[in-house]
Amino acid sequence: MSHDEYQIHRAKILTPSFIFLLTLSLIGFVLIGVRFVKGIGAVSNMSDGYPWGIWITYDVATGTAIACGGYAMAILIYIRNHMHYHPMIRSAILTSMFGYGLAGFSVMVDVGRPWNAYNFFIPSKWQANSAMFEVALCVMAYTTVLLLEFLPAVLTTLEKTEWRTLQLLLDMLYARMGMKRPERIGERLDRVKDLAAWLKPRLDKVLIFVIVLGITLPTMHQSSLGSLLLIASTKLHPLWHTGFLPLLFLINCMFIGYSIAILESVISCYAFKRPYETKELSGMAQIIPWLTVIWLSVVVGDLAWRGQLAAALSFDFYSGFFLLEFCLVAGGSLLMFSGKKRASIRWLFISAALIVLGGALYRFNVYLIGFNPGKGWHYFPALAELLITVGIVAFEILGYQVLVKILPVLPKLHTRQQLDAEVKV
Amino acid sequence: MAHPSRRRFLKVLGATGAALLAGRTDASASATHQVNNDTIGMLYDATKCVGCKACMSACKRVNSDYGSLSYEQATFDPDALWDAPQDLTGSTRTLIKLFKESEKEWSYVKYSCMHCQKPSCVSVCPVSAMTRDAVTGTVDYNKNTCIGCRYCQIACAFNIPKFQWDRAIPQIVKCDLCKNTNLVKKGITACAETCPVGAISFGKRKDLLAEAKKRLQERPGLYINHIYGEKEVGGTNHLYLAAMPFNNLGLPILKEEAPAEFSEKIQHTIYKGFIAPVALYSTLCCVAIRNMKKHDAEAHKHATVDNHKREDGK
Repeated sequence: MSHDEYQIHRAKILTPSFIFLLTLSLIGFVLIGVRFVKGIGAVSNMSDGYPWGIWITYDVATGTAIACGGYAMAILIYIRNHMHYHPMIRSAILTSMFGYGLAGFSVMVDVGRPWNAYNFFIPSKWQANSAMFEVALCVMAYTTVLLLEFLPAVLTTLEKTEWRTLQLLLDMLYARMGMKRPERIGERLDRVKDLAAWLKPRLDKVLIFVIVLGITLPTMHQSSLGSLLLIASTKLHPLWHTGFLPLLFLINCMFIGYSIAILESVISCYAFKRPYETKELSGMAQIIPWLTVIWLSVVVGDLAWRGQLAAALSFDFYSGFFLLEFCLVAGGSLLMFSGKKRASIRWLFISAALIVLGGALYRFNVYLIGFNPGKGWHYFPALAELLITVGIVAFEILGYQVLVKILPVLPKLHTRQQLDAEVKV
Repeated sequence: MAHPSRRRFLKVLGATGAALLAGRTDASASATHQVNNDTIGMLYDATKCVGCKACMSACKRVNSDYGSLSYEQATFDPDALWDAPQDLTGSTRTLIKLFKESEKEWSYVKYSCMHCQKPSCVSVCPVSAMTRDAVTGTVDYNKNTCIGCRYCQIACAFNIPKFQWDRAIPQIVKCDLCKNTNLVKKGITACAETCPVGAISFGKRKDLLAEAKKRLQERPGLYINHIYGEKEVGGTNHLYLAAMPFNNLGLPILKEEAPAEFSEKIQHTIYKGFIAPVALYSTLCCVAIRNMKKHDAEAHKHATVDNHKREDGK
């Protein structure tokens, strides 16, 4: 695939939203500091009854599903063979990279003894019975895959760079120190450029194998995120505890992935004042209702098979959340079935948002809302706990905002128009 | 550009789903676990317990250094005269509680690790920090491998493993049958050794079961006719006798199947021999490479056509 499909978004980096997000991130990181000094209990409301709180439920279980845009796009482009979506993949991969990278980071904040995490790489400690083991290895591998998938964007930039900012900085530093700048530095910078130029075509050749790995790994760990709760048969409400948890989580991450790709594209086009990608998005939106129909049928069929339909319609606390999740996903899908609504960017946005909300609520239901460890236990996240999650999410958006302005990530506009014309013919 | 093919996509999805489902059905054939009655455990008889809490203090005295236990201060006790845990916590491995239904109906109950025959905590621990000794049946915890993910807490049906929420260097706390302390020195757990009324018996599971059955036979009017832990979640090595329904004593009503068997069945069949992931990867590779080639060929064709056009234009 050619690298000319992407362009750097030329705009100021220091915008008001940058400052705002930076502030939120800093607050989050300060609180993370508090957590490491005073213990997890100092910043969170987690307890021995609810040992997994919002960090695992949102940052890991839901966050990685929201970061499945890259996964969904890769399936669409390389497996379903819609190469004309290719210009959209780099921004999807960038968001996935941030989503997964920060999910991994959140885990390191959440676990009590992170310094022992090296045990994941010691075969004698491996524990194949544990869904967590599978999730951990797969997520680490997938984050690496995402980095590799994103590497071409970095290499292209390195190849062409003239190191202007760096040169200025170095000149200033040497001037400050009253020294003459040695020639060597220029040579070394050139060597980096040469290396990037050498690496890029070689990476391009094997990239497809990495990309397919990037489809296989999420298929594995997204289903395992569902398997994680299989063990909690006495604690998870029967509306959600089923042997189909892995399958439901897998389909769930796919429809969330496509919907989030739509949302991200609409939001970034709006924020960066670019033309909307209505045609591509409505094409992509065609797939979503089929996935949700499969998902909803498995949910209903499984409930009927286990004799839980009455519980689902009992309108108690659990049934309320179940119905909400169900209606959000079903409502969004109904909207997307209509070709007319799909052609409107507003309806696309609304229906995709409904589906993401419903899909995310499903994960919340499984990890927190439907989880009841017994009498006397309650959980609602503490303010500091929420602020840590907010800080991490803010950092994610911040990183995206900055990287699209220094690396070629967003689809190139004139190429797009050409492609549109080509498809029309 | 190829025509959109929903069929191909559904095929891939279907293959994945089928792989997941196919495994599930033949999983039921896998062998269920065997209960080993030669392993060691304890029998707690609630009708004998007088609630003196000597077991609690002995446990803390013996295991405080090794097990990272500490005294817990009550709000009414500013001078810290008593150790007053409210529940099992990151500082307390065993606990006596009083359950009072009326002035006449009440019972003490002792909480500590149940030492399951098929422990959920061992099944879910991603780094093998939770282990079950094949010979003694003791479920033990190793803080030097534990990453502190607390999956064991999610998994345990008895809510036994506790986490030290208030410490910068936390660990999981749970009973290990004094494996490295009292058992080594005296051949018996500290709580069973200390109990002044013989409410806690220590020994092999088969002997404890025989003793429990004998008591049930001798005084049928006194006890609820059930040995809690004999069958629950595939059997536990910590057994209970009581005069009040066990659920009223805070012990959950559980099925005989171990939750770990259910989850392992599914996990194992999906990943049996790592065949499904490898098959998925190779299939996807073939599809993706074919698509790429097709696309490159088309692009090439377009390019040549364009060149021809340009030349014609000249």
